[in-house]
Amino acid sequence: MEHFPILSIITFLPLLGVVFILLTKGENADRNARNAALWVTVFTFLASLILWFSFDKTTADFQFVEKASWFGDNINYHMGIDGISILFVMLTTFIMPIVILTGWDTVHSRVKEYLIAFLILETLMIGVFCALDIVLFYLFFEGGLIPMFLIIGVWGGKNRVYASYKLFLYTLLGSVLMLLAMLYMYFQAGTTDIPTLMQYGFDVNAQIWLFLAFFASFAVKTPMWPVHTWLPDAHVQAPTAGSVILAGILLKMGGYGFLRFSLPMFPVASVELAWLIYTLSVIAIIYTSFVALVQQDMKKLIAYSSVAHMGFVTLGIFTFNTQGIEGAIIVMLAHGFVASALFLCVGVIYDRLHTREIERYGGLVNVMPKYALTFMFFTMASVGLPGTGNFVGEILVLIGLFKVSIWATFFAATGLILGAAYMLWLYRKVVFGELIKEDLKAMMDMNKREIIIFTPLVFFTLLMGIYPSVFLDFIHVSVDNLITHHQAALAAVTDVVAH
Amino acid sequence: MYQIIVFGPLLAAIIAGLFGRQLGDKGSQVITCGSLIISAILSWVVLFQIGFGHTVDHVTIMTWVNSGDLNFNWAFKIDTLTAVMLVVVNTISSLVHIYSVGYMSHDPHKPRFMAYLSFFTFAMLMLVTADNFVQLFFGWEGVGLASYLLIGFWYKKPSACAAAIKAFIVNRVGDFGFALGIFAIFMATGSVDFDTVFAMIPDLVGQKIHFLWMDLDLITTISILLFIGAMGKSAQLGLHTWLPDAMEGPTPVSALIHAATMVTAGVFMVARTSPIFEYSPDALAFVALIGASTAIFAATIGTTQTDIKRVIAYSTCSQLGYMFFALGVSAYGAAIFHLFTHAFFKALLFLGSGSVIHAMSDEQDMRKMGGLRKKIPGTFIMMLIGTLALTGFPFFAGYYSKDMIIEAAFASDSSFGGYAFAMGVLAALLTSFYSWRLIFMTFFGKSRASQSVQDHIHESGNWMMVPLYVLAAGAVAAGFLFKDYFIGIHYEDFWGHALFLKDAANNVLEEAHHIPGWVGTAPFIVMVIGFLVAIYAYIWKPETPAQFAGTFRYLYALFYNKWYVDEIYDFLFVNPAKRLGTFLWKQGDENIIDRYGPDGAAASVMALARRFRALQSGYVYHYAFAMLMGVAAFVTWFVFISGGGAS
Repeated sequence: MEHFPILSIITFLPLLGVVFILLTKGENADRNARNAALWVTVFTFLASLILWFSFDKTTADFQFVEKASWFGDNINYHMGIDGISILFVMLTTFIMPIVILTGWDTVHSRVKEYLIAFLILETLMIGVFCALDIVLFYLFFEGGLIPMFLIIGVWGGKNRVYASYKLFLYTLLGSVLMLLAMLYMYFQAGTTDIPTLMQYGFDVNAQIWLFLAFFASFAVKTPMWPVHTWLPDAHVQAPTAGSVILAGILLKMGGYGFLRFSLPMFPVASVELAWLIYTLSVIAIIYTSFVALVQQDMKKLIAYSSVAHMGFVTLGIFTFNTQGIEGAIIVMLAHGFVASALFLCVGVIYDRLHTREIERYGGLVNVMPKYALTFMFFTMASVGLPGTGNFVGEILVLIGLFKVSIWATFFAATGLILGAAYMLWLYRKVVFGELIKEDLKAMMDMNKREIIIFTPLVFFTLLMGIYPSVFLDFIHVSVDNLITHHQAALAAVTDVVAH
Repeated sequence: MYQIIVFGPLLAAIIAGLFGRQLGDKGSQVITCGSLIISAILSWVVLFQIGFGHTVDHVTIMTWVNSGDLNFNWAFKIDTLTAVMLVVVNTISSLVHIYSVGYMSHDPHKPRFMAYLSFFTFAMLMLVTADNFVQLFFGWEGVGLASYLLIGFWYKKPSACAAAIKAFIVNRVGDFGFALGIFAIFMATGSVDFDTVFAMIPDLVGQKIHFLWMDLDLITTISILLFIGAMGKSAQLGLHTWLPDAMEGPTPVSALIHAATMVTAGVFMVARTSPIFEYSPDALAFVALIGASTAIFAATIGTTQTDIKRVIAYSTCSQLGYMFFALGVSAYGAAIFHLFTHAFFKALLFLGSGSVIHAMSDEQDMRKMGGLRKKIPGTFIMMLIGTLALTGFPFFAGYYSKDMIIEAAFASDSSFGGYAFAMGVLAALLTSFYSWRLIFMTFFGKSRASQSVQDHIHESGNWMMVPLYVLAAGAVAAGFLFKDYFIGIHYEDFWGHALFLKDAANNVLEEAHHIPGWVGTAPFIVMVIGFLVAIYAYIWKPETPAQFAGTFRYLYALFYNKWYVDEIYDFLFVNPAKRLGTFLWKQGDENIIDRYGPDGAAASVMALARRFRALQSGYVYHYAFAMLMGVAAFVTWFVFISGGGAS
């Protein structure tokens, strides 16, 4: 270890919070535990700013690398980030304090365990984006399921058991296949080191199977149609903070996985099977948009819209060109802000009325003008209004996709119309109209804590829409490198076939 | 200076919107009106510098997106076309701002209203100053948002909310085409900057694009996709249904957004992209066809409507049709000239009708009006001026611009030139009829209002009347003052390269001077006929309309029900969408995917779930432990295997 292990510190810092929380006792234990969790997550975010400011944007190499022998000679504790993963690390550390604040006044049962679950989850999520060894990656990637499973299963709504088992089942299916693929890769290449595997060049036939095995896992996580049905249930049953994590970060693991594994390690299979991705993504966008149109539960509606947005991500990644991939990353980040915020918007009124049924609301603008403004902002961001991050991401994806497949672009772009339809309908039902229902008249507008939660999300959504270079500058070199290698790998294979 | 013009209104909108409560009504009105008046004055300065000074300005503000070979900035391109639009937008907008102070004086949400208006102006300014397609799109969607917010301003009315959503979504349908057009442009030229793209278009002539299942001409495809966007924004046939409903918004909004500025964005866009359209005769023919059809279609509906604002809304739709077929026959100068004059007289008509509605205690149905001439003479004279200008009475503004369009259509050798000419003349007849019908129903005859409404009829205050006077001056003078520049002898000096003609020697506006005499007098004759029919039917023999509606029952029902387009769309799109959504959700997700997926791992898994439930009643630690054990087992196995594999 040749330098300060900053990545490990950031990754495992939240566990320090767990220790603090375990130490809290007495009648103020819950409050102290909350404070401890908040400070630790804030501190983790501040620590990750070191990465942000000292990151070298001119190289595609992994940075802040740590490597230590772990199991035998071949499996190492290998951490490092490139221009792609740093953004996801930052997203995670940024969202976490918001997540902790979300349940501040509303979670009263098993508070310590609740916070511990979230802190462990943070460690695992950061780990996913830093791991440079597939064993390490697998541990973080699958480990994240446990706290999420608990968060839904313990602090969730009425149907939480069904939702958490559905989540578990889907993920299990994917992870078993991915594990088998990883074993095969290890036997073939003799290493579990991700940077080495990226250069390895698997046999073309094997690539197809490996790709599909990884695809099973990433497609579930993304989620892609038709393995998306766990998401609406998970969101509906999860507490608000759980939904925020789910939409904000966990959904990005699939897209990240495609970028880190599928494209560089199985380039031929990626190209061969791009049609599959396009088809499923386009179906996802249209299908889930129509389904969202008729939802009666706010969270379900936003959950379905998430599936549609993730359709843009997978489309973008499999364009194999700069605009598409960079757009996909921007969509992921923007969705991290906007979908999180939308679930928070639902949470704000759920905390007051304890229902997510759209019909139960109406006319909230009369008593909650600040809330109406915030909700409007994120509604418009969600439909991809120019000036927000979603627009930049979606236009990049579609512009990249147009070069590859006009058909796919044509159908994907219908999402722009359908997305507007269901989001505006939701907004109108909840916020506009006459305030008739008696219990709504007593609703309080957003309090200080809620305003503090939303402010940074608004800021970053706008920043990403108006001056996305702040984010794009990080990824240019890494994406270029990804594409260059991808093309080189393809060329090598065609050469072999030609001879 | 450009920054002040464009960002002043934005700043005012933010201040009035976020701090309206602290500033109070007065404060927010002063800030928004103030910034708009400054922008308006500066815009005229810009017009004189650019239009009469023969220059073009580029201002780059900062990078927007930079990804691979795709780069575009936040930047302004100020040529004569932009300068004209700046003048139109800011002049009308500042007058509407001032008018709103009076019109909205009883509304409790004044700061919010003023903030929306200013925000709209900002978005519109971004649209007209854009130097690339994506920024144009930014303004395009921004005005859509403002329009949505302002149509739904009275959010307690379900009809207003519905109209707002409809406007946004129908516009999105157009934007869908627009966006695809931008993508195609980038694919073909590798750029989205106007100047770069326009420079490359001549090289692309004859190239094909495989679009969906068809092999199409590249430039035609791009042009038509862009034009679909213009059709949505400018409410052209097929995508027009949102505009009449948009009248749910407060009247100043109708005047500013749905008459003078936003709906003309499509015209602006086609004129701006004339270097593309010019290379596709097919696309231009399509534009002419749609424009001419819209002109006549909307005019037929206008003859039967009874809501004063809806009559003017259909009139707007129809006049936009004129602008488009002018574009379609390459008479860009005439189209923009009509845009310019129309902004004045149509805003005048809308604001005048707002004054009528105000006087009538918010009544909009003309069947309940009548005889207002004596009670609100100031408003009457203003409406009269607006009507004369709209119907093209000699020497009023519309006379120059509309007649020029009709003549250009005749002179043009476009395949739909003749059709456009015929429809243009016919629509002029109907325009004259419905305009005078409006005047007669509202201001002449006996009052048909209830006594309590009649007692309250009063002339509007100065906040509302002064903007009307200014607009009336424009409706009278905008034509003959500017005709030489827009369409006359100074044409080339004035426009420079802002409007492109592939065949500059063959300017259709030039040829329009060499047409038979009857063509030039036809619009005037039909205008007189329209007037006579209206005066006969509504003054001399007031029983005529009912008889007519009885005799031609089906035709009347067709016009009165707006050709049933809304009903057809509901049947074709709206209802099936909901049914499809329910079907996919209940059948797709629940009955197929879940049933054969997670739920289908049935017995064993449900048993598993039951076990979880048992655990869950116990302690969270138990299944945390169970899960950890599971992963530990995985890891152990993995390490064991890998140890073996390494040897």
